[in-house]
Amino acid sequence: MTPQSGPSAQQPLLQVEGVTLSFGGVRALSGVGFGVAKGSITAVIGPNGAGKTSLFNTISGFYRPTSGHVHFQGQDITNLPAPQRAKLGLGRSFQNIALFRGMTVLDNIKLGRHAHLKTNVLEALLYVGRARREEAELRADIEERIIDFLEIDHIRHAPVSALSYGLQKRVEMARALAMQPEILMLDEPVAGMNREETEDMARFILDVREEWGVTVLMVEHDMGMVMDLSDHVVVLNFGQVIAQGVPATVQANPEVIRAYLGSGDVADLRRKLHAGTTAAATSAQGVA
Amino acid sequence: MDWAYLFEISLTGIASGGLYALAALAFVMVYKATRVVNIAIGEMLMVGAYLFFTFAATFALPLWLAIPAAVLGSGLLGAVIERTMIRPLLGEPPISVFMVTVGLGSVLVGLVEMIWTADQRRLPDFMPTQPIIIGDAFLAPKVFWGSMIAVVFIAAVLLVFRFWRGGVALRATASDQAAAYSMGINVPRVFSLAWVVSSMIAAISGIIVGSIGGISSSMGIFGLSVLVVVIVGGLDSVLGALVGGLFIGLVEALASAYLGGEYKLLATFIVLVVILMVRPYGLFGTHEIERL
Repeated sequence: MTPQSGPSAQQPLLQVEGVTLSFGGVRALSGVGFGVAKGSITAVIGPNGAGKTSLFNTISGFYRPTSGHVHFQGQDITNLPAPQRAKLGLGRSFQNIALFRGMTVLDNIKLGRHAHLKTNVLEALLYVGRARREEAELRADIEERIIDFLEIDHIRHAPVSALSYGLQKRVEMARALAMQPEILMLDEPVAGMNREETEDMARFILDVREEWGVTVLMVEHDMGMVMDLSDHVVVLNFGQVIAQGVPATVQANPEVIRAYLGSGDVADLRRKLHAGTTAAATSAQGVA
Repeated sequence: MDWAYLFEISLTGIASGGLYALAALAFVMVYKATRVVNIAIGEMLMVGAYLFFTFAATFALPLWLAIPAAVLGSGLLGAVIERTMIRPLLGEPPISVFMVTVGLGSVLVGLVEMIWTADQRRLPDFMPTQPIIIGDAFLAPKVFWGSMIAVVFIAAVLLVFRFWRGGVALRATASDQAAAYSMGINVPRVFSLAWVVSSMIAAISGIIVGSIGGISSSMGIFGLSVLVVVIVGGLDSVLGALVGGLFIGLVEALASAYLGGEYKLLATFIVLVVILMVRPYGLFGTHEIERL
């Protein structure tokens, strides 16, 4: 699968059109529009309170937009409840880890497949027919693919509450992958992680796209990671899209720099921004 | 010390504890899924018993029809309660929902008195009447058979919720609603399911309790002991409901045999206070730790 950068002639997998979201008098999002191309890694960035998580919640069905539309695979999903969207192939993780505490890693991951199972009460109790087949398929897929892939084999029977923060994030990603998503939505996948954990996670995100052909949409604060991984970056500020495009263009955009670092001498701020994005800086220097 | 007498009392206590366990299971089901403390659990038991009374005595239906009809009727009532009183309060402070269930209890008592009057009534006998002798101990047949029925239903409910997808969905919802919702679990339907199943279990225990002691509009008092059971066991713990049920049944039986019937509730509530001092979340309840 070839990753695509920027807008393409092909219809995007996920299309957000003029989405406005108000809570009473507060406008969390106003007229947000962008597309996520199939097979791309798209990042949504922006300062705290810019509306990134609100946007995520609107796409996954937790909030209904005041106006505007969300299209997924050409279908208008604006009014579908979240469980339905999960069945269509929207898998997500949460900013504050939302694992099922008190269950093991394996049970958590298996729950990701819940939406796709069809076994009824009687079959489940007798463990015949569909129940046996579905369980076998589920086990094979989860154990051979997901658990191996994310390198969490050693903790599969551990209760999730006993795991480190980085591992919990990884289990959450595994659970989202078990949903067999078309698009994987990651809300701050590396927030609070150390350098090593961040690098691991970055590798997994790239592999998800390369090996599984899953499109990735992520919200992230770590600028270095965003610039390294993304094909397309959308910048939100005060609920509006202030810039979008390939990482280098976005990084050079004066308005983005102002939004991140406040007003001041743009050239100076730009240097600061680059200093913070060591890895990306080399490639972006020429453009800037 | 009369060991034979102690044995007999203990047996009776454990048997009636089985009934507490079944009713506590109904309570825990709702609490686990929806975090609603259902004070009206005793009244829901009562409604189930009165429905059975109506189908079996008034309409003279055979037992195999009257019992399922009463259970289904209660399930329907549970669905209506959830849809009209509980769901509109979704996201409101727990105390509001709690007060609604307090009100629900009064409404149910009022309805029962309007329809069936406040007179004490007897349910038709459907359990074998020959006395049960275990060793040298005598056990009232109704208590014995009632607890056997309770055990069968507890086992059935546990099995279904252990292996069926709906049970998994219920546990996931109990653990994290937002995550469950985004996994494709229809959370509102899980809420309905929990109330329906809880009402049906309550109806079954109501029928058993009513068969043993008769039914009246003050039968909801039974719910008070059930509340003690679930608080002792831990509000969200199925295991707690079972162990707590047997334990409280035993305490009540021993207290009324050795101290006199008027000390029954006193003993139970002293046990409650002591357990809460040692374990504030109940014996098996989940410790809620807020992570910031």
